Amino acid sequence: MSLKSSLEAGKFAITCEVGPLKGTDTTEIEEVAGLLTGRVDAANVTDQQSSVMRLGSMATCHLIKGKGLEPIFQMTCRDRNRLALQSDLLSAHVLGIENVLALTGDLPALGDQPQAKPVYDLDSVQLLWTIQRLNEGFDINGNELQGKTDFFAGAVVTPEADTEAKRELQFYKMEKKIANGARFFQTQAIYDPDTFARFMKRVEGFKIPILAGIIPLKSAAMARFMNKNVAGVFVPDELIDKMAKAEDKTAAGIEIAADLMKSLKGICQGVHLMAIGWEKKVPAILDAAGL
Amino acid sequence: MIVSAQKPWEEILGYLEGENSIFLLGCNGCAQASGSGGPEQVAEMKEKLEGVGKKVSGTMVIDFLCQKALVKSRLRPRMEQVAAADSILVMTCGLGVQAVAASVAKVCHPACDTVNMGGSRGEWKGDERCYECGECLLEYTGGICPLTACTKSLTNGACGGASNGKCELAPEKDCGWELIYERLKRNNQLDKLRRFIPPKSWDKMAPDPKVRATARWALENSG
Ligand code: SF4
Ligand code: SF4
Repeated sequence: MSLKSSLEAGKFAITCEVGPLKGTDTTEIEEVAGLLTGRVDAANVTDQQSSVMRLGSMATCHLIKGKGLEPIFQMTCRDRNRLALQSDLLSAHVLGIENVLALTGDLPALGDQPQAKPVYDLDSVQLLWTIQRLNEGFDINGNELQGKTDFFAGAVVTPEADTEAKRELQFYKMEKKIANGARFFQTQAIYDPDTFARFMKRVEGFKIPILAGIIPLKSAAMARFMNKNVAGVFVPDELIDKMAKAEDKTAAGIEIAADLMKSLKGICQGVHLMAIGWEKKVPAILDAAGL
Repeated sequence: MIVSAQKPWEEILGYLEGENSIFLLGCNGCAQASGSGGPEQVAEMKEKLEGVGKKVSGTMVIDFLCQKALVKSRLRPRMEQVAAADSILVMTCGLGVQAVAASVAKVCHPACDTVNMGGSRGEWKGDERCYECGECLLEYTGGICPLTACTKSLTNGACGGASNGKCELAPEKDCGWELIYERLKRNNQLDKLRRFIPPKSWDKMAPDPKVRATARWALENSG
């Protein structure tokens, strides 16, 4: 069953993330794809994440699809102008890629090619709008296509906010993303089911599937680092303590992620597991969560 | 000098929908020289607005609308007229509109687009910045320029990365979109956040070939 049909059928969906490596060696990706096939509904393939130059998302999507794993093509507006974005979307469709996740993208200054010229011809909302137009058979300027696309488009949202402005701005942007064709959302990592439940209550009216972001903790230091440096991520003290005290950190990290996923089952429409280096442990995490 | 051109009349009229009384502000600086917002254009605008049944509660032309201290002191004796208006229509460049919007607690509509001159810059003091994008968006962002106030120049809303009101990419700087939110909230205009801003015509940001052919261009770029 495709991600689209799973979500439409109201099944609790599981997506995860795979990040192409820097270089042409695809052994690891293929191995991970093999492990995940049948266990998750689809896998996001990141687009030169954190602005670090790597193997491309589209080629990797094609590769994992060949292994039987449904890809979600992550597309940022950082590196391509509207000509390249539209053309790549046509190419992705021809390669059989069905899902796209539209992102604005981090600035190149944060990555390993900080001298690069940032593009941002479009932003994430305009990219969604563009995908919608291509799906209808037209390009941005209204020129007719010979053969249209048929993408299931998704977007991201950050449920945690530290100011009223930040929180409200997220809701307005979400509304705009939905109005311009977003059909599902994946969230930034969450650690507190109660705060997340409040967020879900607030967006209930949008009637759109939301997959809660899960990043398994690897250590207390990692949790503290995210609290300090990653906006919109908040790991509660009790989880940090639990990690600090645990003798087997891996087991504790898996247990916390699995517990979170269990508690989310009645709250949202799925989970999005970002394992960041722990891709091979995804089946174990899903086993622990009974998914 | 910053060059501006008046927006199409229908666009300006659209901004004023539902409003009855307007205060008109022009600029004796660059806008006068551009022929977009000097005393003559302010008088014309007053007539046009009255012609479609709007009330003009007052008009004023100030030497430099980009100077906030000057704007505040010159407007002080006219505050009654300003208060009586639903909004201020500011007939000048992107800097001037932002400076007025930051100085007066009123909705400020931009009447002009700022035209790119290919790198030549006027002198001004203040925090307002304008990239001369040729398609001014200040109507939808509470008179704060999203292209310059947001580090990523986002036009459809915040990135979600701000932390305690500061930009994720420049922690010493306020998040431009949070400022826009607060301004729109104060103006009772939060609905503007729902408006989809289509892809921009970045070609409007390149200086017109005619500009490059002028004597001024040659003078300013002759080293
Ligand atoms: S939107 Fe910003 S850059 Fe464009 S004309 Fe207005 S103030 Fe200038
Ligand atoms: S934090 Fe605010 S100012 Fe900075 S890039 Fe994001 S939206 Fe723009």
